[in-house]
Amino acid sequence: MIEWVNALVQGILLGGLYALFAAGLSLIFGVMRLVNIAHGDLIVLAAYIGLSTTMILGVHPFVALLIVMPVMAAIGYALQRGLLNQALGDDILPPLLVTFGLSVIIQNALLEGYSADPQKLNGGVIETASISLGGLAVGILPLLTFAIAVAVIAVLQWVFYSTGLGRGFRAVSDNQEIAQLMGLNKAHVFGLAMALALGVTAIAGILLGVRTSFDPAIGGGRLIFGFEAVIIGGLGNLWGTLAGGVILGVAQTLGAKIDPGWQLLAGHVAFLVVLAVRPNGLFPRVEH
Amino acid sequence: MSAPAVTRATRASRIATVVAALGLVVLMLAPWWAGRADMRLMGEIYLYLSLACLWNLMAGYAGLVSVGQQAYVGFGGYMLFALTVFGGLHPIAAIVAAGGLAAVVSVPVATLIFRLKGAYFAIGTWVVAEVFRLSFAQVSALGGGSGSSLPVGIVRSLSSSRSGREALSYWLALGAAVLVIGTVYLFLRSRRGLALTAIRDSEAAASGLGIDIWRTKLEVYVVTSALTAVIGGLIFLQKLRISPDAAFSVNDWTAFVIFIVVIGGIGTLEGPIIGTLVFFAIRETLADFGTSYLMILGAVAIVVMLKAPKGIWGLIRDRFDLELFPLSYRVHQNGGEGGTLR
Amino acid sequence: MPDPLLALNALNAHYGDFQALYDVDMSIERGEVVSIIGANGAGKTTLMRSISGLTWNDPAQVVFGGRPIGDLRADLIAGLGIALVPEGRQLFPSLSVEENLVLGGKTRRPGPWSLDKVYDLFPILGERRSQASTSLSGGQQQMVAIGRALMANPELILFDEISLGLAPVVIGTIYDVLPGIIGEGMTALLVEQDISRALAVSSRVYCLQEGRVSLEGRTDKVSREDITEAYFGAAAA
Repeated sequence: MIEWVNALVQGILLGGLYALFAAGLSLIFGVMRLVNIAHGDLIVLAAYIGLSTTMILGVHPFVALLIVMPVMAAIGYALQRGLLNQALGDDILPPLLVTFGLSVIIQNALLEGYSADPQKLNGGVIETASISLGGLAVGILPLLTFAIAVAVIAVLQWVFYSTGLGRGFRAVSDNQEIAQLMGLNKAHVFGLAMALALGVTAIAGILLGVRTSFDPAIGGGRLIFGFEAVIIGGLGNLWGTLAGGVILGVAQTLGAKIDPGWQLLAGHVAFLVVLAVRPNGLFPRVEH
Repeated sequence: MSAPAVTRATRASRIATVVAALGLVVLMLAPWWAGRADMRLMGEIYLYLSLACLWNLMAGYAGLVSVGQQAYVGFGGYMLFALTVFGGLHPIAAIVAAGGLAAVVSVPVATLIFRLKGAYFAIGTWVVAEVFRLSFAQVSALGGGSGSSLPVGIVRSLSSSRSGREALSYWLALGAAVLVIGTVYLFLRSRRGLALTAIRDSEAAASGLGIDIWRTKLEVYVVTSALTAVIGGLIFLQKLRISPDAAFSVNDWTAFVIFIVVIGGIGTLEGPIIGTLVFFAIRETLADFGTSYLMILGAVAIVVMLKAPKGIWGLIRDRFDLELFPLSYRVHQNGGEGGTLR
Repeated sequence: MPDPLLALNALNAHYGDFQALYDVDMSIERGEVVSIIGANGAGKTTLMRSISGLTWNDPAQVVFGGRPIGDLRADLIAGLGIALVPEGRQLFPSLSVEENLVLGGKTRRPGPWSLDKVYDLFPILGERRSQASTSLSGGQQQMVAIGRALMANPELILFDEISLGLAPVVIGTIYDVLPGIIGEGMTALLVEQDISRALAVSSRVYCLQEGRVSLEGRTDKVSREDITEAYFGAAAA
């Protein structure tokens, strides 16, 4: 019995990481209706930039975030202004194919630069430390990951609904033409949204790299986890995305408890069940 | 003054038909004039061409942009292995049956993922492919996660000699390509093709004309899934070895296929043919550069998508008003060239 | 004579693939209120889009304050002091009433209009400031759209079909406040299908017919017959 409770708790905490994978995806879709196929590869890219930073400067991966976050944000802004803005429009094909091409380019560039060997970020004692909660040994790292996910979503929620930047995001999302008449430069607003999304991606990438080993090919899988969390939670609802991540994480750990080979399969099945029963997700955004 | 005449064929398309027929005869005779490596490469080209035509039918005509067609490539491959090893079927019969089974499987899959729109549909198809991959990895009789080889006895059942097998495998690939191109062409010329064109132009207007959009898209999805599984069976009949990672590879069976179609010209029948030739030209030229050829390919696809979204064939067509597959209706007034209705 | 505030020089503009305006010449002086009338499809909306920068043209075809702006981005034109009250209001549904107004002041141009002054003009908006803009009535939404444009403190304000889809009594209320707004020294261009409303508040009128200027004159000089002919074409007169 205690093992099942343990699996449940691990799943909930794992959901925090998936919510972090998903948050950037959700933000970008919300502001500019762009589904970024390269999102998973950008998470992996962040992990590799973190790897290089820790190796060159000899700092802890969390300290490396001070560099990785602005670097990823800058990459996001440049990518949006230089490439992705040109692909946006009424047709869904160009953004899809451009980000797909980007995904292949990032993957193979990482392969050239870092080889296919699995890498890992060394988080030190935090990786193994745990605290006892009612008879369960809960790892500090998963706990911290979940707390960070909650904090990140709270911050994104605040930015989106309580700041001038968020007002701009929502206005551009509602009506691009009229937003421009208000003096908003659409290209710049989209650039800022992508910068913010990839800033979050930096956090996700570092936490991923400390938790497990990674190689250039795992981006697609991370994209799918993030995507599933978004759809399970309901489009356009950031707290729903956290819930979606938790459901996905719990499905995976419970599946793995039954048979280690079923971990990923159980997560996908949970997603397909939600899609069949509640096509709009469990917590679709209510228009106020 | 004579009444305007409406035709579909053009001079270029009639010439193309003759050239294609002659070309086909030459290609059919390849086992007598081509080397072993060349035949292998040509077989691979035919199979990629088929995958490209099928993906183009879905994305370019039906608006179903899938990044999960590897689901059916892998399914077809695994069915070839399962039905020959456990079902005792002849490989060719197994491949045909794989197509039928894929059609059956694709219906419930479609009812589920058609709930997702646009780009989310795309990723949904990818999830389905992952489910297929993980499921087949669970089947230990088929080698589980590490895969298995086709038993020698089954390989021998195709032909006792190696050159006989290679010729047969080549002809099957060529035949599959002809079958796929022919099916897609006839599909587009039929009433369903017209319905697809109407849907592509405006879903609202098409539905006003009484076209059942969901059903039309479902038909396209089922047909492409079945044929993709057939191609998948042929691919792994060439490879003789299957594993979940190879069978359900998003890069091999979807990324390359998408690049081929985009570079050649999406939404045209000629585009995939040109794209396939360009893809193999790039691959054969840059193969020595290792992974960087994939980066170049990705970059070329991005540039084409942004600068010439109709691809190479789109550029040629706009310049010369050419059409090798006569799909458009042309109105001729007094023998003049007239306009083209697409 | 000083430069006009806005000059259109042989403007040829397209709406999608169709040419919607042919060689349109116009000139608006500072402080003027000019109305533009015309049937559906006469090119009025394309005219508004061209001036506000949503449709791009040759630079010199649209000149604002002596500066060619025909190819300028819409957000930069907004910063120069042109604001549009768009047809159909087009408020931001995910923004509250107050957020819509605050966003209107995004360009931070100095001038008399502020949130408080807009609330003074339309007290009902002050009461509903934190509500979603979609929860308001059509007339109240139109007030937000006007207030949003005023928040930019524009030199030139464009009104596109502000009476469309509103009840007559609401239209009356809106038109009652217009003179007060324009009295602040603002220049206004008014596109309207309700001809008598338009003529009542403006000093000059342009009539558009199939993308061309078919009539131009002072509102106190043109006759109803002239307008009917310019509006519908010679056949109808």
